[in-house]
Amino acid sequence: MSAALAKYAEAFAAAEAAPGSPAWLAELRKAAHAEFNSIGFPTTRNENWHYTSVTPIAERTFRPLKGAQSSAAIGGLIERAVGDASWARAVFLNGQFEPSHSSLASLGRGVRVSTLTAALAEQPDFVSAHLGKLAAWNAQAFTAFNTAFVQDGLVVRVARGVKAEMPLHVLHLVDKQAAGCMIHPRLLVVLEPSAELTVVESYISERGVEYFTNGVGEATLGDGARFYHCKVQRESREAFHVGTLQATQGRDSLFHSFSYASGGALSRTNTYTRLAGQGAEVRLNGLYLIDGAQHADHQTIVEHIAPGCASRELYKGILDGESHGVFNGKVYVEPEAQQTDGKQTNHALLLSPTARVDTKPQLEIFADDVKCTHGATVGRLDDIALFYLKSRGMGADHARAVLTYAFAAEVLETVELDELRDGLEKIAFERFTRA
Amino acid sequence: MLKIENLHATAGGKEILKGVSLTVNAGEVHAIMGPNGSGKSTLAQVIAGHPGFEVTQGSIVYDGENLLDLQPEERAQHGVFLAFQYPVEIPGVTNAYFLRSAYNEIRKARGEQQVDPMEFLDVMEQKLKLVDMDPDMLHRSVNAGFSGGEKKRNEILQMAVLEPKLAILDETDSGLDIDALRVVAGGVNALKKPTNATIVVTHYQRLLNYIVPDKVHVLAHGKIVKSGGKELALELEARGYDWVLEAA
Ligand SMILES: Nc1ncnc2c1ncn2[C@@H]1O[C@H](COP(=O)(O)OP(=O)(O)OP(=O)(O)O)[C@@H](O)[C@H]1O
Ligand SMILES: [Mg+2]
Repeated sequence: MSAALAKYAEAFAAAEAAPGSPAWLAELRKAAHAEFNSIGFPTTRNENWHYTSVTPIAERTFRPLKGAQSSAAIGGLIERAVGDASWARAVFLNGQFEPSHSSLASLGRGVRVSTLTAALAEQPDFVSAHLGKLAAWNAQAFTAFNTAFVQDGLVVRVARGVKAEMPLHVLHLVDKQAAGCMIHPRLLVVLEPSAELTVVESYISERGVEYFTNGVGEATLGDGARFYHCKVQRESREAFHVGTLQATQGRDSLFHSFSYASGGALSRTNTYTRLAGQGAEVRLNGLYLIDGAQHADHQTIVEHIAPGCASRELYKGILDGESHGVFNGKVYVEPEAQQTDGKQTNHALLLSPTARVDTKPQLEIFADDVKCTHGATVGRLDDIALFYLKSRGMGADHARAVLTYAFAAEVLETVELDELRDGLEKIAFERFTRA
Repeated sequence: MLKIENLHATAGGKEILKGVSLTVNAGEVHAIMGPNGSGKSTLAQVIAGHPGFEVTQGSIVYDGENLLDLQPEERAQHGVFLAFQYPVEIPGVTNAYFLRSAYNEIRKARGEQQVDPMEFLDVMEQKLKLVDMDPDMLHRSVNAGFSGGEKKRNEILQMAVLEPKLAILDETDSGLDIDALRVVAGGVNALKKPTNATIVVTHYQRLLNYIVPDKVHVLAHGKIVKSGGKELALELEARGYDWVLEAA
């Protein structure tokens, strides 16, 4: 075990000694901890982390957070989240559930939402049947890290044929108390056949706080289920963030994922899905807006296992300063997955000569009757379009801002939730026109 | 209003304009005709300030100012407008936002009050009628997916909104059906004032039946090789350019 990992042994022993976890969970944590120790933090020699060095995370020692209090900052943090106050809401502050700011009753009949802690007490069999069953805690260091240290999180179950009456907004808020700490939130979503749910996860923190969020989500989509997931990561510029969502999709199910990332010193968003039932469809979209020395990495893995499935991916990045963006999209098409229709697109806009982007599409196709394409561009603002706007009287800065925003708008348009889309459009617009 | 003298311009190391001189007074309509590739669009774009061309010699004075010293946006704010031969598609920016921003920038430059989105809709109502355009077009991205004719109409809509002093229409008639041609020409004529001037670049005499020019010029090989009255357009239509080029 390397020194980078040994420093977490004590924290793990303390967590292990804490009462309350059922035996199976203690076993799972222990196994995950052993995996974490044996895998270790990935290096850039690992092809999945080739363009992203996690040294800044590995060289720090983040503490588990204990005894944090609810704080006055919470109201301001909630206000900064994009969304609608009428949605069902689960608020976590520094990883701890805040019942007084949450309202989970309104999702309707057939939708069961509870914190992981509560679910372990109330529906232990359900949790043990699903927790750790999709996410690869035995292969991915950060997923193992989360599984070993998992604190709280959310468990959502939607019954067969039920459409949740409104979106569920999960707010992961962080204030100064979490400086130097690590937070390992967990999300478990199980949609029975033909169920439908929208989840928005917002990650927001107070300015200047350095901490590490390492989230893991698992989503099971039954046949014909629909899952809309949006993750909005707007953490402090000192924060470190790794988030992994692993889905598995039944026949004719639909999974839409959107990732918005503008925060963090270093962030990595993994969105993985397995198209396991015939006719399933997935759409993975994302937008990252970074500047200064920020680093934002998105990885997608789409496994086409069943025939006749479709995957669509559109990721865009706008990079200023000396920021570095990474996109790695893997598509596997298994021999059984005939009539696969896959399309992956990745565009980056560089606003400064020192910003950098690395794109790596990876298609591995083992079936013959498939249509899979990928396209990537890295560019600057189009001089002719700039001239067109200026020739109508717009000043150079305004014209640049408008075109930059327009670049982002194409992918923001794909957000289905009106309030979220409008809110993100507003943030993006103001970001570029504030100059 | 506009005085161009001995204008030379290059692009990509190639000289395209080789000494153009042209004077346009307030209240006048000038037509520029000429073979493909002769430099008509280049001239229009140099007047508007296109960054892809370098002026190597000569001058353009507009309203007593050296136009070449001004940025493209300043030229627009001073009342210069170019209807592009190939209007640019800008996905992600709605026509409404684009038009209102342009309108407000130009009002600001004239020291006038800015308008909010609601007030702007009132302004638009009448302008849309002028070019017979569906108000739904306002909510679509600028020119994105527009048909050729719709793009041209959109250029004239912009002109109607911005009310320029000097309008240059670069082949606005190309790609328009006969009805659209009449509508667009009607729009241009409706905007005409004794204090304004218009330069129309066209290949077809037909347009000049609707927008009647005071002068017609032939641009060939980067120079104006012949100028005349509106009857020159008819003669060109009948005889082609060879006789002019030979005489030049
Ligand atoms: N950026 C450029 N680099 C090199 N050559 C150019 C450039 N732009 C224009 N040209 C050339 O300059 C010449 C004049 O082009 P221009 O577009 O002005 O012609 P035009 O008279 O408008 O033709 P048309 O009637 O076909 O519209 C052409 O030969 C064209 O290929
Ligand atoms: Mg031309």
